[in-house]
Amino acid sequence: MAGALRKPQLRAAALVLPLSAFILATFVAPLVTMLTRSVYDPMVADTLPETLALLHDWDGQSTPSEAVFETASREMVRAREDRSLGRVATRVNRVESGLRSVIMKSARRLHRVKEVDSWREAMISIEPEWGEAKTWRAIQRAGERITTRHYLHALDLQRDADGSIVLQPPQRRVYLPLLKRTLAVSLGITVLCLLLGYPLAYLIAHAPPRRANLLLLLVLVPFWTSLLVRTTSWIVLLQTEGVVNDTLVALGLIADENRISMIYNMTGTVVAMTHVLLPFMVLPVYSVMRTIPPLYMSAAASLGASFPQAFRRVYWPQTLPGVGAGSLLVFILSIGYYITPALVGGQSGQLISNMIAYHMQQSLNWGLAAALGSILLGCVVALYLLYDRVVGIDRMRLG
Amino acid sequence: MTKYRFKDRITPSAGAVAIFSLAALSWSQNALGAESVTAVSWGGSYARACTKAIHEPFTAETGIEVRMEDYNGGLAQIRAQVETGNVHWDVVDLEMADAVLGCDEGLLEPIDAAHLPPGPDGTPAEEDFFPETLTECGIGVVYYSTIYAYNEEKFSGSKPATIGDFFDLEKFPGRRGMRRTPVVNLEFALMADGVPMKQVYATLDTPEGVDRAFRKLDTIKEQIIWWEAGAQPPQMLADGEVVMSTAYNGRIFNAQILEKQPFVVVWDGQVLDWGQTGIVAGTRNLEAARKFVAFGARTESMAAIGRYISYSPVRRSGTALISTHLETGVDMKPHMPTTPANVARALHSDWEWWSDHSDEMNERFSAWLAR
Repeated sequence: MAGALRKPQLRAAALVLPLSAFILATFVAPLVTMLTRSVYDPMVADTLPETLALLHDWDGQSTPSEAVFETASREMVRAREDRSLGRVATRVNRVESGLRSVIMKSARRLHRVKEVDSWREAMISIEPEWGEAKTWRAIQRAGERITTRHYLHALDLQRDADGSIVLQPPQRRVYLPLLKRTLAVSLGITVLCLLLGYPLAYLIAHAPPRRANLLLLLVLVPFWTSLLVRTTSWIVLLQTEGVVNDTLVALGLIADENRISMIYNMTGTVVAMTHVLLPFMVLPVYSVMRTIPPLYMSAAASLGASFPQAFRRVYWPQTLPGVGAGSLLVFILSIGYYITPALVGGQSGQLISNMIAYHMQQSLNWGLAAALGSILLGCVVALYLLYDRVVGIDRMRLG
Repeated sequence: MTKYRFKDRITPSAGAVAIFSLAALSWSQNALGAESVTAVSWGGSYARACTKAIHEPFTAETGIEVRMEDYNGGLAQIRAQVETGNVHWDVVDLEMADAVLGCDEGLLEPIDAAHLPPGPDGTPAEEDFFPETLTECGIGVVYYSTIYAYNEEKFSGSKPATIGDFFDLEKFPGRRGMRRTPVVNLEFALMADGVPMKQVYATLDTPEGVDRAFRKLDTIKEQIIWWEAGAQPPQMLADGEVVMSTAYNGRIFNAQILEKQPFVVVWDGQVLDWGQTGIVAGTRNLEAARKFVAFGARTESMAAIGRYISYSPVRRSGTALISTHLETGVDMKPHMPTTPANVARALHSDWEWWSDHSDEMNERFSAWLAR
């Protein structure tokens, strides 16, 4: 019996094998690599192993011993020769700005030094920073193979001199305000999509079949249209010299020199994203509404409920699984949205994903980008769990 | 965080096209034996000057074809090419800090200064180049400066004359253009806030100094329109989109001389810098690239650039060769950033400070922009 069952099971497994392999190679593997990058960085540890071993016994406050200086100078000169020192300096510099030139300049000079009485004095005379404990602490921190520094950085936290974790001063906070803004904007877009999408879904669900099909098509056509085309259409509509402003000026509602800036700011981001994400709200809500038998509403009416009453007590609760699914979908999609804010967000309409893109493409601080990405992923997972706890994920219906 | 550019989005397809064309290219190279280098520079009138002054004579002398590409600075594209092993840029014009960073990280080929052509009087290149303009992987090209210029028609009464005036919205109302980067802008802000030139970088070295610079930028933030490519400021000034803008001095010069635009350059507080040429590590055309760089390092080549655009040679022997604009006959000296009267009011850009602090400042700048 077991043997007879195993064969079809194996065949089924073989059929999904290509898909599993595909997901593993294109989704799971890169995800794991990125998550690893956010906590694991062996570059400095591999380049200056002996220095870091010696620093292990250092008290963290005084000037390190002569042996540390001697080893550090030897390892730095060697790393300079095989051209890995630049990348080490970049990493140390991210912990403590200003140390890049200290390291590079010292290595360049030490390269020529063959014999000295005291490496400590030699290095301090090249760059006085070598006499300071914080320089060595920065090297120690950059030398952590497994590190939390990217996460601290991504949450605007820093370590102070005695190693405790504190918040950055307000003017230097970058990511927390952006994360808060991203969450707030995503919430706003979700609410907007619900307000706009729910009546539309209701209309489609209750229209005669032919009109319903037409309406559904009108929802789906933008959904099938390229994201870039839709976003750039908003630019055409909303820009200062755009259709909307031209119309307002032509109608005499606003003066030519007072054209409203509706794009390249937060308004642009919210408008374009709401439009782009609207189908993700309409479709689940619509498909849930379609399964609600019209009899329920008639029954409520026949029992004397007014339409608002019947709607509130009979109809709305039954659409909640669709509303939940649509809201969760829209919120999760907007948290990580990148292209639309990048195109129409200007300065003030940028979200956290644009900062991730910046660190991936421009500053090339992949560790930090990975940490920011992981935090976003964490937000989504937390939200999912919260939803499961409050509503129950088995109640969610996508159609 | 950077402004979205269409170029970035079409990268995959552009990449595919690049791969195919590269394949086609290497095949045709083998078949025809024609050598070529891809030179990447800043576009617009500067690229035009380089084409006329260096690329065309270089091709005439060596038979090596020069292909041009434009970019807006930074190491990101070079790093991507080197790390993926798909190098299709050969020679790149770089900002000083990037030339040093790129060298330290192995993205650029070291260039032996001993092989560079000597000056016309036989002075070895190492002595003929001005200090700091030769680095391990970078060869100085020309001095340029970031100045601010205004459109004369926009101010009927008193005209802007100092760097402080750029930040004075009461005396000189109107929108201003600035490059979307902290580089130079922080220096401008501090100088306008009354920090003496000699103490600008010492001030920036303290957290309070950086705060002060950002506070000063805050005072005009609402009125700033940000530009990215060097060709934008003259355009913005001509369109009346801004009344004044920071800009590379050569771009304004070209608009003044060739297009007869009513622009005026304010030399006070100009930030003087020099471009570097570097060879991308792992290029397939290393020999051609070396020849190209050596050709560009000749005093005559640098001086030739200075006959198309107001950037001056980084070799001592080049100073005497500054003459007139080739197309109009205008005397170039008053337009050069290094002319004594102009350089007296110049801040020398501290590339080392920027190589240390660009990560931190870029992050802070992005946060400030988004606020």
